[in-house]
Amino acid sequence: MSIQIENITKHFGGFQALRDVSIDIAPGELVGLLGPSGSGKTTLLRIIAGLETPDRGTIVVDGEDTTGVSVRRRGVGFVFQHYALFRHMTVFENIAFGLRVKPRKDRPSGREIKAKVMKLLKLVQLEGVADRYPSQLSGGQRQRIALARALAVEPRVLLLDEPFGALDAKVRSELRQWLRQLHDELQITSVFVTHDQEEALEVADRIVVMNEGRVEQSGTPEEVYENPANPFILSFLGSVNLFHGRVHMGQARLGAIDIAVPEHAATDDIPAVGYVRSHDISVERQPTDGASIRAEVKNIHSIGPIVRVTFGVNGKDETVQAELTREAFRKLALKKGERVYVRPSNVRVFVEDYQI
Amino acid sequence: MTNGIKKERVLPGFGPTLGYTVFYLSLIVLIPLSALVIKTTGLTWRAFLAAVASPQVVASYRVTFGSAFIAAMINAVFGTLTAWVLVRYEFPCKRLIDALVDLPFALPTAVTGITLATVYSENGWMGSLLEPLGIKVAYTPLGIIVAMTTIGLPFVVRTLQPVIEAIEAETEEASACLGANRLQTFYRVLLPVMMPSILTGFALAFARAVGEYGSVIFIAGNMPMVSEITSLLIVTKLEQFDYSGATAIALVMLTASFAMLLAINMLQRWSRKYAQ
Repeated sequence: MSIQIENITKHFGGFQALRDVSIDIAPGELVGLLGPSGSGKTTLLRIIAGLETPDRGTIVVDGEDTTGVSVRRRGVGFVFQHYALFRHMTVFENIAFGLRVKPRKDRPSGREIKAKVMKLLKLVQLEGVADRYPSQLSGGQRQRIALARALAVEPRVLLLDEPFGALDAKVRSELRQWLRQLHDELQITSVFVTHDQEEALEVADRIVVMNEGRVEQSGTPEEVYENPANPFILSFLGSVNLFHGRVHMGQARLGAIDIAVPEHAATDDIPAVGYVRSHDISVERQPTDGASIRAEVKNIHSIGPIVRVTFGVNGKDETVQAELTREAFRKLALKKGERVYVRPSNVRVFVEDYQI
Repeated sequence: MTNGIKKERVLPGFGPTLGYTVFYLSLIVLIPLSALVIKTTGLTWRAFLAAVASPQVVASYRVTFGSAFIAAMINAVFGTLTAWVLVRYEFPCKRLIDALVDLPFALPTAVTGITLATVYSENGWMGSLLEPLGIKVAYTPLGIIVAMTTIGLPFVVRTLQPVIEAIEAETEEASACLGANRLQTFYRVLLPVMMPSILTGFALAFARAVGEYGSVIFIAGNMPMVSEITSLLIVTKLEQFDYSGATAIALVMLTASFAMLLAINMLQRWSRKYAQ
């Protein structure tokens, strides 16, 4: 089922949570709403579900305007960050809940309910726990039960609010892949909210980046990561280095670096900032050309597969961070306090009317 | 594995604290109660039966336990409602009303009794309104229920408030998303979670009502066989220097109350089986 979010605006008292948000979601798509806390992503999800009402704007699901439809008739499956399982019911009863509360004429028989619950337990790979209570399950298991419960009523759309936020790192990454597979299997239109860029990039078909109640950019993970529309997205997706300078007639001068920026050809000597992702900084012992910057190794942190090195540049006042692969780091054999050169590539220049 | 090694506890002072608890409980509860039992054993079996099973005494059990049960039921329903309103909604003077709930705790019971008797008597505020309808409250068994309901209210409200506060709004939202209407959400999702505490509040209100003396005697009228509570009978017997008769009745009360509290406690544990 498709979802059209049209011009949604929402205030909480004096706080504007959403400003004229419009998003089109295609049938069967898995969309990740990504943004920092307070960006309005959860509010938007709750408005799609009908748990909040927008001040203005409409939510259209499968061609039908559902803005005024009550939450219990919307046919949405909602998965909460903290599971919200019914703790006085067994896992079986939790999953069966949505079927048992149906009006009598639509309610399946006891046998049908049992068959359906068992099928869902199989789907979420937890066949053995039907008679347990939620308090006897781990966080990852509880979230899978919450998902099974939401799927039991065959919702038209599935909404997940930070579904893995309360889980530890390993379970999180397992569940991420599992959710992706499950979605490919079920093909149900799904929207999930996350503040974790890695999660969004890994799971979603399409990412919608939000900030301060607005949609900043929407696109496939590759598009958003490779062509961030503005400095906010660039710095939100991964760590970046900033090089301050000026742009004049399509030529940027950022400290020691000169770069051609044809998109800013009409500029007349205005302040600009160059953004370079940490993994786009290469380290060399001899300068290649003018773009190599003299630097001193300040700190070395080894983080699993990558090594993060902090350099002091321009007399140590400014720092540059580089993420090197283990391989590259071993070849360079950097030591703390050593003097080397850093060389930024893939510099993205934004003129300074943008503020982060 | 722990052979020969003294088990280490994280918190020190298990010995002294347990010792103190036992000593304190003995001093305050067990010694006075055992005196009650010992005093009763001075009676012959026949005299004991005569004391505790005379028609007047049996009638007083019925009045006391019956009224206490009805009062506790009323409190279980309206106390739950009061607690719900106090936790879930914001309204002017909420703090004040919250404090009012405790008033029956704080007032001397005699004051409560005299106030209720005055208000509900034939020419009192409430009594004069109920009189034309043929309802008499003061000096009837109904008055006993009113007094017992008044003094029992705080127990249910105070037991339930923290439980209702702890219910996450998300579980209600989850219920609504799954298609349940408000009524289904209430009796399938909310009530089962509140039930153990409603039972606790009920048990406390019931126990308090069974033992209530001061507030009841002023409004009850104290007619033998009709509106005479057991506590009053015990006092009457004491005034007639029939000490063993008084303790015999007291022992019956004690046993009955304890048995009921125990039963409710077990019921409560059963209703919380999900929280092992």
